[in-house]
This record gives sequence, C-alpha cells and structure tokens, in this order.
Amino acid sequence: MRKTLAVNGEQHVVDVAPDTPLLWVLREQLALTGTKFGCGIAQCGACTVWLDKQAIRSCVTPIAAVTTQAITTIEGLAPGPEVLHPLQQAWIEHQVPQCGYCQSGQLMSAAALLAANPTPSDEDIDQAMQGNICRCGMYQRIRAAIRTAADRIAEGGNASE
Amino acid sequence: MNNWTRRAFIGAGVITGGALLVGVAIRPGRRVDKLAALVEGEDETLVHAFIKIDTDNGVTVIVPHSEMGQGAQTALAQMAADELDADWEQVRIEEAPAAGEYALYTIGRGFLLKDVDLPKILIPTVDGAMMRVADSMGLQITGGSISVRVTGMYGMRVAGAATRDLLRRAAAAAWDVPSEDVETNCGQLKHAASGRTARYAEFAEAAAQLKPTYTPTFKDPSEYTIMGQSVERLDLPSKVDGSARFALDVRLPNMVYATVSQAPVFGARVASLDADDALAIDGVLAVHRLPETGFDSSIGGFDLGESVAVVASSYWLAKKGLQALSIQWTQTGHEAVSSDSLYEQFAETLSSGADVVTDTATGDVAEAGARAAYGIEATYRVPFLAHTCMEPLNATADVRDGRCELWVGCQNPLGFRHAMAAVLGLEYDDVTVHNQFMGGGFGRKARADWATQAALLSREVGRPVQLIWSREEDVRHDKYRPAGMSQFRAALDDNGRLLAWTNRYTNKMDPPDAPLIPYAIPNQDIGSIASPTHVPTGAWRSVDHSQHGFFTESFIDEVAIAAGRDPFEYREQLLSEHPRHLAVLQKAARAASWGSPMGPGRGRGIALQESFGTIVAQVIEVTVNNGAVAVDRVVAAVDIGFAISPDGTRAQIESGVLYGLTAALYGDITIENGAVKQSNFHDYRAVRMSESPKIETHIINSGYAPGGAGEVGTPAVAPALANAVFNATGVRVRELPLSKATVMLSDTDAA
Repeated sequence: MRKTLAVNGEQHVVDVAPDTPLLWVLREQLALTGTKFGCGIAQCGACTVWLDKQAIRSCVTPIAAVTTQAITTIEGLAPGPEVLHPLQQAWIEHQVPQCGYCQSGQLMSAAALLAANPTPSDEDIDQAMQGNICRCGMYQRIRAAIRTAADRIAEGGNASE
Repeated sequence: MNNWTRRAFIGAGVITGGALLVGVAIRPGRRVDKLAALVEGEDETLVHAFIKIDTDNGVTVIVPHSEMGQGAQTALAQMAADELDADWEQVRIEEAPAAGEYALYTIGRGFLLKDVDLPKILIPTVDGAMMRVADSMGLQITGGSISVRVTGMYGMRVAGAATRDLLRRAAAAAWDVPSEDVETNCGQLKHAASGRTARYAEFAEAAAQLKPTYTPTFKDPSEYTIMGQSVERLDLPSKVDGSARFALDVRLPNMVYATVSQAPVFGARVASLDADDALAIDGVLAVHRLPETGFDSSIGGFDLGESVAVVASSYWLAKKGLQALSIQWTQTGHEAVSSDSLYEQFAETLSSGADVVTDTATGDVAEAGARAAYGIEATYRVPFLAHTCMEPLNATADVRDGRCELWVGCQNPLGFRHAMAAVLGLEYDDVTVHNQFMGGGFGRKARADWATQAALLSREVGRPVQLIWSREEDVRHDKYRPAGMSQFRAALDDNGRLLAWTNRYTNKMDPPDAPLIPYAIPNQDIGSIASPTHVPTGAWRSVDHSQHGFFTESFIDEVAIAAGRDPFEYREQLLSEHPRHLAVLQKAARAASWGSPMGPGRGRGIALQESFGTIVAQVIEVTVNNGAVAVDRVVAAVDIGFAISPDGTRAQIESGVLYGLTAALYGDITIENGAVKQSNFHDYRAVRMSESPKIETHIINSGYAPGGAGEVGTPAVAPALANAVFNATGVRVRELPLSKATVMLSDTDAA
C-alpha cells in the first residue's frame, strides 16, 4: 500500500505491505536507522518512537495503523541541528550509554515522560521506563540523567520542542 | 605522502616492545607498505602502528579492539595519549582494520607468559614470534578483559612513549639542543632556554626518519595527566542522537534482507522442505538451504548446523516467508534430552569420580578428613544461559567475483576474516571485514556462525544480503554459558577451622583459575570431570567465573554458618596470605555497614571473586516478601590495580552487576525435548528499571598492574545474592536462577 507519513516534520511517501511494522518502514524505506530492532514483540523498547508525543513500540505497530499522526524518531528529538535535547545532554553528562543500542528507545521513552510530566517522581520514572531493557544495565545512570534533565527543564529549558 | 622507508620501519620496530612494529621488524618488506596504506590518509605521516599524527596536530590512536559498550577504545587512547603527552582534545580513535598486521600477538604473550616479568631486551624477540602465532590463529579478539591489561600495558603505553621520544629527538636535532632539554606538553614541544616551541605535527616527518631507542621511558604514575581521569567516552555523542552505526544499520546498493531458521534440536538436518507458500509471498525472492559447515580454530571456532534462509526485499517479508515454510527436521537422538536429564547426567558424572582433571591438589584431603571434627557437603547447579545482546545477531555480506566483504559487529574481526575465507574457500586476502559498533557482545560475538550464513547466502543470490536473526533465533541458537554442577566437601576441626576443601565440578572451560579460592586452607583438591552435552556452549561474560563465583562463594558461606561464624569475619581470617583480597573484602563490608541491624525480611550477603586480574567483593542487601526477592542495594569494592578511567570502571562494574543480577534472578535456558524452551524477553527475562538496585562502586587503586573491568563485576553477584537470601530467610539457594526458589522462600515466609 502507498501512504504518506509525517516523520520528524517531513512528509514521506512509502509503498509497503500494510502489515509491515512501522519499525521496518523507518529503517528500510526511510533509512532512519537510529530506531532499533530488539525483540519484535514489544518487550524490550529498543524500537520506541513517538506517535504525536506518545511513546509507542514501532516493532508491533503496523503501518496501516498509522494515519495522520506525527511520527518522531531519535533523529528528530533534538530541537535543532547543533542543539541537543536536555535529555541527550544529560545522557552525555552522566555517561549513560555503553553499547548504546537501546539508547534511542530509552531516550524516546524518557522524552515522552518529561513532555507529559516534567517533574516525575522516582516511581513515575520507573513506570515510564519499565518497557525499555538495557542489557548493559545502565538503569542507575538513566534514572540520574532523567532527573538532571527534568531539573534543567524546570529551570527554563523545554522538554518537547 | 608516505615517508616511511623500510629501514625506518625496521628501526622503529626494534624498540617498540609490545607495539606492532616489532613484528614488522621481523618480517620486513611487503608488510610495510601494506600497513601504511591501511591507516594512512592524505597529508598524514604514520609515526607508529598505533599512533598517527596528522598535519593539524591531531592524534589518531589506532585501536585493535572492538567496541561493544565497554569503553575500552577510549581507555586505550588515554594510555597512548598520556605517554605521548598529547592534547586530549585533539585525540581521535580509529578501530584497526581486520588485518594480520593488527593481530594481537600481545594477547598471545599475555596468555602464554601470564605473569612472567620478561626482561625488556627480550620483548621484541618474543613479540616477533608471537605475532606469527597470533596472525595464524586469527587473534584480534576482544574478550577476556584483555584490552587495557594487555594491549594497553604492552602496546599503547609503549607506542605513546616511543613516539614522544622520537619527536623530542627530532626537535632537538633541528634546534641543535640536547634532547633531554626538550619538554613536551599537550601536543607541543618546547625548549625552555631558547623559548622555541613547535607542534608535534611539525616534527612528525623528521621523527619518522630516526632510529628509536630500545626502551622508551614511561611516566611515573604521579605524572599522568590523562590516565586516571574520568574522561568522556569519545563514542557517546553518536549514541544519543541515533547516528552511531551498528551492523544492523549498514545500507548497501542493491541490498536485500534475509532471516534464517535452524533446527530446534541442535545438530538436526533438513529432512524435507516445502517453500511454495513462502515463495508465493510478494517480495520474497528466494529460499535457500544453507549447508552444515564450521570453522576449526582454537579461538573463535564453531560448528554451524544446516539451516533454511528466506531472502526478501525487506526483513518483514523475509520473516513472513520463514513463517510460511514447512520444514521437517531429522532425528538426532537427542530428542529426549531435558534440563533434568542433563542434571542427572552431571550427577552421575560427578559420582563416577572417574577421569578427574585436577586444578589443584595440595596436602592430603583424605587424611585431613579423617581427623576432622565434622564435615559438610553441598551440591550446586546452574543452568545454561543465553547472552541476549540488545542487537540481535546480524551481518551484511557481499560475496561476488571471488571476493567477500563483510560488515559485522564482532569481537574477533580477524578471526571472522579467517572463518569467511575457510568456509567460502577464498583466499584470506580476498576477504575484507568492516567491523561496526556492537549492540552488546558479552562473549557471543567472538564466533562467526551467523556471519557465515550471511556470506553463504550472498554467494547464492549474487548481491549484498543483510541477514538478521529474529530474537527467537538468537535465544534458541546461542553459544550458551554452560550448565553445570559443582559438589563440595569441607572438613573442619572442633574450632570451626577449615582443614580441607574438596570440589568436583562438570565441564571446565576457561580461564583456568576460575574454581580456585584465595582462602588459606591447607588441604585442597579441586578438579573437574567432563560431561558433554549436545548443547553448544561458549564464553559468557566472565566465562567460568560466572559459575564458580556462585559455587565457591556460596559454599564458603555455608561453611562459615556451619562453623557458627559470621560469613564476613570467617573469610577475613582465611585471607591472611592475600592482603589485596582482604582489603577489598573489608572495604565492601565497611562501606555496606556490615553487621548493622536490618529489618524483618531483610538480609545481607557478601562474596569475593578475583577474575581477570581484578579483585571484587560485593555486599548485596535484599528484602524477601512472600517469596519475592527485591534487591535493594549492591556495594562493590574493586581492586583493579589502576583505573585508567575511574568513571568508565564504575560504569563497567554497574553493568557487570546488572548482567549478573539478571542471570541470578531469572536467567534460565531450559532444555526440553532436546531444544531450548525460551524464545524472547517475555520468557527469558532481563532486569528492568524498577528492579534495578542502587549500586555503589568503590575503586581501589592498589598500584598493581591494571586488571580487567568488563567482566569482573559479574561473578560475585549470584553468591552475594544467595547469601543475602539465606541471611534474610534461612533458606539456602543452591540452584540458579533464584526464581526457582520462590516456593521454597514463600514457605519460609509463612513459617
């Protein structure tokens, strides 16, 4: 099926089987390879992207289910070419990534959390990040980095623009 | 511009000690131009095989290790750059190509000579010989926590110091001053008396013409400016914006996608295949049976069973095609094998007592046992474990016209190159490996089984193929951490002192010291008995230490309890001959406030395990509620000798702890009907954020040679956890994972 997708503020026309998960459309048709394949059954979160600022698992989202929603991937998270999202900044400050493979998904989940809830509690963070596995085990640093970013946003940054 | 002459290479080679040019010196001529061509760009001068200085004074450190998350590339660059006195802001990292010239002969030396303190004068000769061995074995491996402690210590520091010395002498000659009066700092040369200064780049070419000294002088650790600093990892910016390129992200013109199915029961072959339904799917291009093959090598060898692959215009269509296949597999004779039957087999093996391979035998355990006041016995067992790297196995191959190009994220690029050549029947020189970032490695990515499938498929279809294993395939066709069983018998005198320690376990792998204990016990008899299974096994983060840490540190805890003693104090008294171990144990205990009261349902456990040259003790605190174990806090003390990047070391310990915790709590690859039962993260769980404990890492820089970091955080987790559960509940866990003990723990709660 042919359809038009709005990804990171740009319109793209794709032609794929309707049951194709959004993940593979992003990676194979649009060469947006920052979104990762980890499990294929919405268990690990590596494929997390936004549909209208809702974090979803693109590995189980058939392209037919995507209509006019704005899709945001890790490539579109930063507000501009030379500017990082406060979370990306905090991720570097806390030296979060090791292998780095899950981090696109972690960041998209964390960014969705802060967009909806700029002052999350520890429980809020645990809950929002529960769907994202990190086999390098960097949860402690992820938690700290989310705190840092939330504090910075509270001081005047912006989580979602 | 290539200013290297053959003479210069040979000259440089003589001095470099552990660095690459030593080998070149022994095999001059054809290797020289090849080496330069591999790493030299335009307007650059190759000063050293590990170090490149370009015209804008940028320093490139060429690292012969792969990056799987452990940060070793940054640590190695720190080591070279510090001895070079480079400007860290101008340091870049380049992963060495998968070429024989970058074979890690230093590893060979590390493995073969162990702790032998080789006279410096002999190092070049030994390395020259080792390089031949390493090249022929395909050794360019990242594993065994060797990067810093072998390549860094023997290679990178030497390279940095030798390069600095060459630059100083080149400047001294041009300025007509004594070279010892030429100072270096931050990529600059300076002669204080005359006020002359120059950037390194200005003398790179002249330095290349000099004959280097035999033994470059190293800095005293007090002079380090880059080593010992928590520098930011150079690979991280690309890992927060999606631009880091993993193997799965490779895109080539005309590339197609594929996925594969292997026999559920290891070793089975295709009995029949009906591909009609798969081929009817729009976008499915081909279905291929891939033959049984393998690669025979002491490091990185593998057997690859027969498989069926579907090639399509997208991964999704290939996967749908695979699901539409009808495959019957042959019988292997292993269809009745289960985890239970394997444990029975292990028990029989151990009770047979035959064909023991002894690790250590000191004193006389029988005599000691005869005069003991009492003895205790215990048997522990652990299951197979999968690695579940976040990035499922994948590789992209282009095999055409007698050549193979492979894009893969692997721990052993040179070994992969040898494997491709062997399996495809190509010349080694006709294979190129482009190594990518790995989305986790943990030991799995040292063997080229899956990459071989990609290469065979590309040859079949005559175009580039990206082969992606589903997570299910990844879980069911791993090279598993071996399941195992370990039996102990201890003899104690009437004061609770340990007289004898006897240990028999199944299936020894590596490293050899894993089952050994630091405790002062006069009579010891430790050995293994082989008990082969049909399940393929391989290295898993910390290798044999992952089992033996649990076995030995659980049993010493049991002995302490049986002796009526505090487990920490009991260990303390047995460590009089090992002051480093003692200091680590005490550090962990004190940092965790060992002995302070805990609330109901809570408990604390301790464990100690040396691995890969680093000594780690951990105290774990748990809360047990209705059989559910919550891990509240992990305190780790780590004597790593010298932490090149302290924050990097902390990150590795946190990572190793979480990896060990996932395994201890949930890790269980069950064999049923000869096949693996689990398939994905829903039934092969990983610890998630809400279950993740607070981890505190205390680094001890004891001044000994740096130890490993990547694996050493893992071995002590399971025993510290099990010991904590005992402390909280009185229930001794002798089988992992802990989730199997839930019922047992619930009963205790109720009581």
